Amino acid sequence: MNFSELLNIGLMQGFAGLSLFAVLLLMGLGLAIIFGQMGVINMAHGEFMTIGAYTIYLSSHLTELYAPGLKQIYFPFAVVLAFFFAFLLGWLVEWVLIRHLYKRALDTLLATWGISLAMQQCFRTFIGPKEVSPNLPDWLLDAWAPVPGLDIPRNGLFVLALTLFVTGAVLLALSKSRWGLRVRATVSNRMMANAIGIDTSKTDRLTFAIGCGIAGMAGAAFTTIGSTGPTSGQLYIVDSFLVVTFGGAASLLGTVVSAFGIAQTQSLAEFFLHGSMAKVLTLSLIVVILMMRPQGLFASKVRR
Amino acid sequence: MSMFQALNKRYQLISLFILAILLVVVLPLLLDIFRLNLIGKYLSYAFVAVGLVMVWGYGGVLSLGQGVFFGLGGYAMAMFLKLEASDPITTKIQSTPGIPDFMDWNQITALPLMWHPFKSFSFSLFAVVAVPTLLAWIVSFAMFKRRVGGVYFAIITQAVALILTVLIIGQQGYTGGVNGMTDLKTLLGWDTRTNGAKYILYYVCVALLIGSILLCRWIQTSKAGTLLLAMRDKEDRVRFSGYDVADFRIFTFCLAAALSGIGGALFTLQVGFMSPSFVGIVPSVEMVIFAAVGGRMSLIGAVYGTLIVNAGKSFFSESFPDLWLFLMAGLFIGVTMAFPMGLAGLWESFVVTRWEKYRSKAKGSQSDKAALAGGLQ
Repeated sequence: MNFSELLNIGLMQGFAGLSLFAVLLLMGLGLAIIFGQMGVINMAHGEFMTIGAYTIYLSSHLTELYAPGLKQIYFPFAVVLAFFFAFLLGWLVEWVLIRHLYKRALDTLLATWGISLAMQQCFRTFIGPKEVSPNLPDWLLDAWAPVPGLDIPRNGLFVLALTLFVTGAVLLALSKSRWGLRVRATVSNRMMANAIGIDTSKTDRLTFAIGCGIAGMAGAAFTTIGSTGPTSGQLYIVDSFLVVTFGGAASLLGTVVSAFGIAQTQSLAEFFLHGSMAKVLTLSLIVVILMMRPQGLFASKVRR
Repeated sequence: MSMFQALNKRYQLISLFILAILLVVVLPLLLDIFRLNLIGKYLSYAFVAVGLVMVWGYGGVLSLGQGVFFGLGGYAMAMFLKLEASDPITTKIQSTPGIPDFMDWNQITALPLMWHPFKSFSFSLFAVVAVPTLLAWIVSFAMFKRRVGGVYFAIITQAVALILTVLIIGQQGYTGGVNGMTDLKTLLGWDTRTNGAKYILYYVCVALLIGSILLCRWIQTSKAGTLLLAMRDKEDRVRFSGYDVADFRIFTFCLAAALSGIGGALFTLQVGFMSPSFVGIVPSVEMVIFAAVGGRMSLIGAVYGTLIVNAGKSFFSESFPDLWLFLMAGLFIGVTMAFPMGLAGLWESFVVTRWEKYRSKAKGSQSDKAALAGGLQ
């Protein structure tokens, strides 16, 4: 094995870590908005991701049936559609359920668990119990090989690009847009925000819906990596919560950093250990660190 | 909440007596041994639900990882039974006789060190309580001493549940993997699969459950119970009064874990196997709904809640499997939105209150009414 082969292996290993980072960050981002900014625990987060994934599957299915010529370009539109479906459902759930439970955080947790069960059964009844995956356009398949011996999977690149785009958009929206201003005002002092004319309950609903929409996009991105089944959402939920809590709930930057740290630790551990043990090691490490430092990596300096 | 404090002691005792009659006399007479064994299985979950009433209803701390403690207790018992079932004569076709079959399948040639103490029955019984309690102590000490509670605690306990499940499934050779530990036959030479043994185990389960309820009730009526309620509602005031909030919470959490461990051991004994499907996040959250349906403030309600939800689960998943999850979802949402105090709360507000009103009217005593009004505020 010569030097360039070693370099290639190193690069590919690094990229594996990077795409895990992208996956974790996408998972955590929607939750970081809902949990971090509003303090609501949304146990149905994984199911909102599944909604996005099924949107892609259905769009791919419909494209194949009615417009096979569009196979190469349907994907970006389907991602946008995934956002809107999850957004609408999030809006609805907030309106029906969550808004009554803001003062009872632990009850929100149980109620949203109920929602996740109902959604799982809906998927099973209306779409089917089997795992499905969409027909991806050619530009998402195979690997990109800039030099021989170095294979960078294109779906990983796509997820990474989407993650960077969504994260950038969320950071920008939170710091620059009117919505971001309202959200930050509501988070730091709800009563005062109300008093100066911000409709905080509307802000809450929009924030929740946007968080759900981002979850939908995350799910859409994951269809390029793996298949989707009715209970796929449950696989993501603990990881997403840990990413957000580990980063420090109120800090989006913390979420980014913690996703990066967790992903690199896990992919490094996977290099040396058996897959499940790597997972156990990473999770235990996070739990131990959280026990030592419950506020997470980036604690907000605001007194509450 | 004060509605529940208004409950007099005699009423509590009567309802416990009714529950005992139901479990000891009525159900064994009505049901055949197969159904009674099922009830016994549900009652082993009731230990977890009773523990949750203490931790969640009284302590205000929601744990989404009670399945971990249930599983640890169950596995401790299963390890003992499995070793007994794998004596060298029955396992002589294995390449290494005398070790559990799944170890042999996974090319392990000697009993792992961790398994050796479980050859002793008394150690195994000790481990059923001690291992869950120790883990609970580690988790809760780290969290409560740093004043972490609420949703953070729920997330951490959930993560612990995930870790343990992945660990058990991943380490097949040491734990039996996803299938768990099966083919458990005898307890100290006593065949636990016969009908007679099932009756005895059922009664042991009922006796221990009623004992646990009495213990928890005693804690609730003691000063510690009052303090727990006070901490749940105004943590800082209790702290400023000079109490160490964390210590009380750690104690309650460990108590709940120990109870769950006992429940797990009884589950293993009655059902004859233990698997990771009782450890993970989904069963742990389901156990919360048992307590929530019964009433998070009522120890006896938790038992009824466990029985009703599980009976419903058995019935619906046999007859209408598609409906069950929707129903479960409805339970979760309904119990949080409409009936936060569960069945016990409904019973209180519809039956007990009217009865008390009727009684005080009959007596015409003003003091009773005043006490009731005070209690219902």
